[in-house]
Amino acid sequence: MPFGEGWLFAAFPLEPRVTLQHEVRKDMVSPGAPPIISMRNVAKFFGPFQALTDINFSVRQGERVVICGPSGSGKSTLIRCLNRLEEHDEGTITIDGIELGDDTKDIRAVRQEVGMVFQQFNLFPHLTVLENLTIGPIRVRKMDKPAAEVLARTYLDRVRIPEQADKYPSQLSGGQQQRVAIARSLCMEPRIMLFDEPTSALDPEMISEVLDVMVELADSGMTMVCVTHEMGFARRVADTMVFMEAGRIVETTPPAQFFTNPKSKRARLFLDQILEH
Amino acid sequence: MPARSAKRLKRALSSRPVSVLIYLSVMAALIGASLKGAEAMGYNWQWYRIPQYFFEHTEGGVTLGEIPWGLVGTITLSTLAFVLALGIGLLVALLRLSDLIVGRAVARIFLEFVRNIPLLVLLYVFYYVLGPIFGMDRYTASVLCLAVFHGALMSEIFRGGITSIPAGQWEAAKSIGMTTGQIYTYIILPQSIRFMLPPMTSEVVNVIKSSAIVSVIAVVELTTVGRNIISDTYMSFEIWFTIAAVYMVVTLIISTFASYLERRYAVQD
Repeated sequence: MPFGEGWLFAAFPLEPRVTLQHEVRKDMVSPGAPPIISMRNVAKFFGPFQALTDINFSVRQGERVVICGPSGSGKSTLIRCLNRLEEHDEGTITIDGIELGDDTKDIRAVRQEVGMVFQQFNLFPHLTVLENLTIGPIRVRKMDKPAAEVLARTYLDRVRIPEQADKYPSQLSGGQQQRVAIARSLCMEPRIMLFDEPTSALDPEMISEVLDVMVELADSGMTMVCVTHEMGFARRVADTMVFMEAGRIVETTPPAQFFTNPKSKRARLFLDQILEH
Repeated sequence: MPARSAKRLKRALSSRPVSVLIYLSVMAALIGASLKGAEAMGYNWQWYRIPQYFFEHTEGGVTLGEIPWGLVGTITLSTLAFVLALGIGLLVALLRLSDLIVGRAVARIFLEFVRNIPLLVLLYVFYYVLGPIFGMDRYTASVLCLAVFHGALMSEIFRGGITSIPAGQWEAAKSIGMTTGQIYTYIILPQSIRFMLPPMTSEVVNVIKSSAIVSVIAVVELTTVGRNIISDTYMSFEIWFTIAAVYMVVTLIISTFASYLERRYAVQD
């Protein structure tokens, strides 16, 4: 790690909830607590094509899950179901005690607690970096503007681009844009962060700056679900590896076992393919 | 070699002096033909009588004549109709893009209805049918008719502008918990203005041009003024040339302003 643990506390305001999250450590994921994310028998269809089949999956508070698998295996669909960017067709999804259904209020309540980072960043191009960060707190959390800006600058510091606050997204590099996108999600002070291939659209030299921020976030105790091909990152932060293929979860294992001795033949094949390069 | 000389010929033909020359000779031919035709039918040109319809010399000094007042009428009517049409257009576009089946159906029916009947018939419907039913005077009927007609056309501009924003913008805004209304207000519409500006300004020009149709129900505006003057003086050639020129000046000014706006917005990206 390029920065010490104390740095985090110094850069961070002492808000109760955030402080609580900081106190959760990797080895302190409470095993007895009810899961914060729970998917039961979830299925999802795109027309006749079944994208997800019988997904059973749960995440505990503070747990870091990395989902991997070949392309088209349903990783993105799964993660997008968690904040209802995709609607599941069968089964139940419960996030922090709220079951996802057609109730738009419930959906918005869940989305406020679940941050999402996209492959293509999806920053708002007509707003400055600072405005990208404050629009959620101001419009959704009804925070007043000065307080939202203080919050936004805190998180810009945290992703290490405080000097870019007044620029527009198009003036930033890909890595910087993705860090702004992470900060934008964090400004909503979510309890869970979802990452949908956050480094896949980046030039190679920019991947590590984004991963550094994600590692730091993981170390702070954030509950995270990441779809990524960055196996170094997975090895470093994951509590649980989920391997998917053809819309099913094939295996759920701790990383130590997943990388050395995966249970399924498919996972072994997949690892061989991506690790040999 | 022939390809090269063809290219050279093409370049020569599209050069500025040649274009101007071609333009001038076509115009001269047209004007010459009309003058000759007018002469053949024994038309008595009375251009000297035109200025009084722009400026009237009265005891109190110089005041605006009938044509400028007609122009004021046209601009007022068009502005009212355009503003109302913006509202109607946005509403119809949002209905068409909504999740509500009823909303989409209503928007679709409205659109097909308005788009497939001639403006003149629509005006008659508003004035002779809806007017008596709802107690509308002719001015209100004209404004509403133009607003509905152009609102339908503008709804397609709005829809195009809105759908040209990538889905990722919707997803990002949803993922921070925004409502659909907030997403439109703060994320989608501000970005789609760039796409909508060029067709919208040409729609302003269209509203001004189609506003002439209300002269058939005698609402005071530029074309009506022209008709009135002609029925007094029989100078139909001079007056229609003049009225056409006034419309052209106004719409050319708007187009110039529009292309300026377009360039400005294009640079900002």
